[in-house]
Amino acid sequence: MSTRPNLPPLRLHVPEPKYRPGDEADFGDIAIPAAGATPRPAVDAAPAAFHDLAYGLVRVLDDDGRAIGPWDPKLSPDTLRGILRAMAKTRAFDERMYRAQRQGKTSFYMKCTGEEAIACAQAYALHRDDMCFPSYRQQGLLIARDWPLIDMMNQIYSNKGDRLGGKQLPIMYSTREGSFFSISGNLATQLPQAVGWAMASAIKGDTRIASTWCGEGSTAEGDFHSACTFASVYRAPVILNVVNNQWAISSYSGFAGAEATTFAARAIGYGIAGLRVDGNDALAVYAATEWAAERARTNQGPTLIEFFTYRAEGHSTSDDPSAYRSAQEREKWPLGDPISRLKQHLIGLGEWDEERQAAMDLDVANEVKAAQKESEKNGILGHGMHQPMSTMFYDVFETLPWHLEEQKQDMLAEAKAAGIETS
Amino acid sequence: MARMNMIQAINSALDVLMDRDPDIVVMGEDVGYFGGVFRATAGLQAKYGKTRVFDTPISELGIIGVAVGMGAYGLRPVPEIQFADYIYPAFDQLVSEAARLRYRSAGEFTAPITVRSPFGGGIFGGQTHSQSPEGIFTHVSGLKTVIPSTPYDAKGLLIAAIEDNDPVIFFEPKRIYNGPFSGHYDRPAKNWSQHPDGEVPEDYYRIELGKARVVRRGADLTILAYGTMVHVAAGVIEEQGIDAELIDLRTLLPLDIETIEESVKKTGRCMVIHEATRTSGFGAELSALVQERCFYHLEAPVERVTGYDTPYPHSLEWAYFPGPVRIGEAIKKIMKD
Repeated sequence: MSTRPNLPPLRLHVPEPKYRPGDEADFGDIAIPAAGATPRPAVDAAPAAFHDLAYGLVRVLDDDGRAIGPWDPKLSPDTLRGILRAMAKTRAFDERMYRAQRQGKTSFYMKCTGEEAIACAQAYALHRDDMCFPSYRQQGLLIARDWPLIDMMNQIYSNKGDRLGGKQLPIMYSTREGSFFSISGNLATQLPQAVGWAMASAIKGDTRIASTWCGEGSTAEGDFHSACTFASVYRAPVILNVVNNQWAISSYSGFAGAEATTFAARAIGYGIAGLRVDGNDALAVYAATEWAAERARTNQGPTLIEFFTYRAEGHSTSDDPSAYRSAQEREKWPLGDPISRLKQHLIGLGEWDEERQAAMDLDVANEVKAAQKESEKNGILGHGMHQPMSTMFYDVFETLPWHLEEQKQDMLAEAKAAGIETS
Repeated sequence: MARMNMIQAINSALDVLMDRDPDIVVMGEDVGYFGGVFRATAGLQAKYGKTRVFDTPISELGIIGVAVGMGAYGLRPVPEIQFADYIYPAFDQLVSEAARLRYRSAGEFTAPITVRSPFGGGIFGGQTHSQSPEGIFTHVSGLKTVIPSTPYDAKGLLIAAIEDNDPVIFFEPKRIYNGPFSGHYDRPAKNWSQHPDGEVPEDYYRIELGKARVVRRGADLTILAYGTMVHVAAGVIEEQGIDAELIDLRTLLPLDIETIEESVKKTGRCMVIHEATRTSGFGAELSALVQERCFYHLEAPVERVTGYDTPYPHSLEWAYFPGPVRIGEAIKKIMKD
């Protein structure tokens, strides 16, 4: 170390969230543009024209629940009720599965509370056969696409009904039929894969597009950079969604670079269209996604969308957020709750009321409960009715090579000698 | 039949298959217009178009990541990593994604990709143009690892690899792209045109993965090798005049254990040769398998002749490389035991 008396010593900046446990949270300093204030460009606008959008915030619903401005997607009341129901069902599903984990029926669960609009409204804005490359917090995609809850629960319980053979950690769903790509535990790996899928679709002259999601924390991975570069270079028909819920487990978004810029603004450097959107505003989410899908579908290239939202609950069932953030944050979050806001909007339109909301909540709760009961008939984790032991050796390769066949036979022989049931 | 070196044989394999299967795409750094830094993809873009043979950004992570996505769509990508030494940025996509995709989705999604990459030393490539990382990949469940040693095998194995529905790491020993190499770096280089394995059919044929090739029959010693080392070992056997059985593994995983077992039980002695560093290298796996399966037939400990446990040096290449001197001494030792 050399110190020169005439120069100030260098200082390392380590980001620090504003509020820690016990602190009074106040988000008054976050600039929230008024609903309708952010312009809506043409779908073929040049990437350089997105500066204001990347630093602004696309919002449709105002504080009174009215839809305002150029991004209002003007959805039918039936579609609005469909999105509301998908969000409510997602929340009910989360509540139920969280409790199932606490009851020891499974090892792990992750909620998406507060982020339901992103997956649910996006599912409505995409075509059913557009390929989704989600992270682990977009269960709303499956639910909005009416994927059977029992199938999701079978996976969570790793029971004998689990199509994935009990090989995957709970919530790492996969369904080709549902256009929902196999979830990986390795963060952001799905981003270049989605770009590749979109490139393949373009190579074959298909009309389907890809959409992928990661959290703001995962944008720090090299995969994010590679995905943006490839998406831009080949003008891939893909939507790159960054769900900025402010927290990556215990690390606030500053550790992914949020102190200095927005995540949407990263698009500008790659020459990609970039939108920053109120993630708790289902109409804004729908409109931005529909816009990006149209852009992709007409060969205008990729869009990066940052959804500004808040992770209302812990990271997972293995996490206790009271250890690192103010307990008040959720209540003080300036963009509110996505379900309440859409409900208020529908009521304002005269298309909904508290009674119907209460009836719907009861209905989705019952639907989830019934599915859980059915699923548990297939078993729960650690209580038998799981997959045969030899399942573990299949699908490593298309066919079983000799060394896996040998290991399988050894395992079965050992289990038999020890009197362990193998199927 | 035509005379081909290994580069031409690889080029021919890609050409023959791309003509048959419109879902095959070739991608990588400099593989498109230019035809690859080793010319392996020369002429393919002009013939099949830019959407089937294209240049990529310099991002190994991106190359393999998008290839996995293309595979999930239903294409059959053949990405190239310019040197095996530069495959590491793609390691997560290969190990966590390509290798596990079939397993974690119970067969719903697969990654039928073949990663071609030049590997191995003997060319004064220094630390980052000489490595042999095959042992890192044979350790990964879900990957197949293939290494040819002749033009004939290179074409047949590459065709089988691309047609295989599992991800394959296809390492090409760049030292023998143009001709076989005995390890005598001070002698004139030979060309494949003078070698019988430089005779390559111009049409489609395949060599099944998982099958070794017995290069030379022998009764006294079994030598297991692959890539460049097959030729170095063959040279030493000839020079020493010993009756060794030389097996070119061709596919490291899945391994042709039957051929190995049969040979070692016959000869009672086994030597493993590879360029890669010794500790935890693929030779350790081979040695353990032979020990487990042929224990009562062994008349001497299994001998490993490998690269040293150091990064690949530049000026000291011929001291590092497991060449004729080192192999020769090891053969004398194992035959005495």
